[in-house]
Amino acid sequence: MREILTILHLTLHEAARRRILTATLISAGAFLVLFGVGFHFVALNVNHDIGMSVMRRHMALNFLTLAGLYATHFLTLMTSVLLPVDTLSGEIASGVVQTVASKPVHRSSIVLGKWLAFSLVAVAYFAVVSTGVLMIGRAIGHFTPPGLAQGLPLMALEAVVYVTLSIAGGARLATVTNGILVFGLYGIAFIGGWVEKVASAVGNPAAENVGTVASLLMPTEALWQRAAFLMQPSIMRELQMSPFSIGSLPSVAMVWWAVGYATLALWFGIQGFRKRAL
Amino acid sequence: MTAPVIETQRLRRRFGEKLAVADLSITVQRGEVFGFLGPNGAGKTTSLKMLLGLISPTSGSGTLLGKRIGDRAARAKVGFLPEHFRFQDWLTGRELLHFHGRLYGLSGAALKRKADELLTRVDLRDAAERPIKGYSKGMTQRIGLAQALMNEPDVVFLDEPTSGMDPLGRLLVRDIIHELRARGTSVFLNSHLLGEVEATCDRVVFVKQGRVVHELVLAAESAGLEVELRVDGATPELLAAHGTLLSSQNGSARVRVAHESALPALAEALVRSGARLYAMTPHKRSLEATFLEVMGEDQRPG
Repeated sequence: MREILTILHLTLHEAARRRILTATLISAGAFLVLFGVGFHFVALNVNHDIGMSVMRRHMALNFLTLAGLYATHFLTLMTSVLLPVDTLSGEIASGVVQTVASKPVHRSSIVLGKWLAFSLVAVAYFAVVSTGVLMIGRAIGHFTPPGLAQGLPLMALEAVVYVTLSIAGGARLATVTNGILVFGLYGIAFIGGWVEKVASAVGNPAAENVGTVASLLMPTEALWQRAAFLMQPSIMRELQMSPFSIGSLPSVAMVWWAVGYATLALWFGIQGFRKRAL
Repeated sequence: MTAPVIETQRLRRRFGEKLAVADLSITVQRGEVFGFLGPNGAGKTTSLKMLLGLISPTSGSGTLLGKRIGDRAARAKVGFLPEHFRFQDWLTGRELLHFHGRLYGLSGAALKRKADELLTRVDLRDAAERPIKGYSKGMTQRIGLAQALMNEPDVVFLDEPTSGMDPLGRLLVRDIIHELRARGTSVFLNSHLLGEVEATCDRVVFVKQGRVVHELVLAAESAGLEVELRVDGATPELLAAHGTLLSSQNGSARVRVAHESALPALAEALVRSGARLYAMTPHKRSLEATFLEVMGEDQRPG
């Protein structure tokens, strides 16, 4: 445990010292400012449109907040993949890892220390950005979406799945190959999610199965879709009025699969790193 | 006799089609400074990494400090300075030592004290609070050397420790190696600088294509001495009587003798025979000459 904490500490130190944290916080700040300004103008319109019913006003603000959370989800997944993408492969290629791995430490501790550190950073990043989005929605639009307590943890889990894949891939692959692979998986999940959505709207079970297979290959998009479903009012879900409304809700089993998927990926990464010639 | 610190039997490592180390069987004793020599591509670094558990052998076996190589516990008493030492260069020198010290299990006052002591020893106290990326090559090697000594190791692996160092830096490394030996620490030295190996090692092995092809005990001068003579009127038979005559022409001759003790006898025999002896200069056979001979003519610069 002590070894893991030493590696965790060094990794966090590195993120701070190499201005990685500063850069991500600046980009998060820029996004929040942009979102705040946009939200302000839309909310101005919505709140002053006398002809608009309370329900429609509510839906417009919910849509806007979900759009902000969708952007958060995207920024978080990019950050979660890119932050740790070269942490193992880069150190293996440069030889930095040799002095660490020749110490009396388990190789698994090196992987776990880095995984913990980057998971913390990714979840903290997600927490900062999503809190910003929700505070903007509350302060400007006087609106808070429902189901946050169920939705936000799913989005945080999504970040952890991406961090895990990025680190596990880096234990076996070169940095660029690893990046391409993880984003390729994201692409599969993204397209699969849309195929499933359209398929369920037109009632095509074969195409729906394609979506399910895609979610099994990469369950992150299913996590987002379940989170988005939980964070909108029931009326919007029923009417399927926004791109965040979905035909078939990803099941709780899919959430558990995501947890299992990340665990397997981490195990796979540790095994790869243990056998790797450094 | 105490158990050897390193002992390997037929270690072999293959990378796909390439056989990096064919058959490595070596023994290193406690307190010994052991030189590992060979041309580039001879498998030296791969051998060293196998001993440190960074690479697992394809076959063969070995022990490090009495434990199977690759065993984590054995590495607690091992120090390692890799070739082209690269590390977390965003850390300061002191932070690097603290980090590596923690990996060895040090903490608190003991960790601080050891880091201070080594920063002084490698003459980097002034630069301790500066990021390593601003260090010169020699300073980088020195902080790397300090990192390898944080745990007061029983055996230290140094892979090209003086590459990029100025003469003062080299002298410092040489002094540290002598100190380590005096303390009973074994040193496994991988170096291309034969003069340096000659000055520090007790014993060297020559590796070629992943095999030990020759072993030389430097302290015992078993390679013998070459004697240069300026002498008139000496017969070849007389010159060869105490060693091997290598060449003789125009009043100068070269003779190889087994040991220094042969010199007075040779001088006496020459004088007695009536030959006129002007000069007699013994030379230790250079390691470079042995290296070239052992590696053979077919070697090309790596």
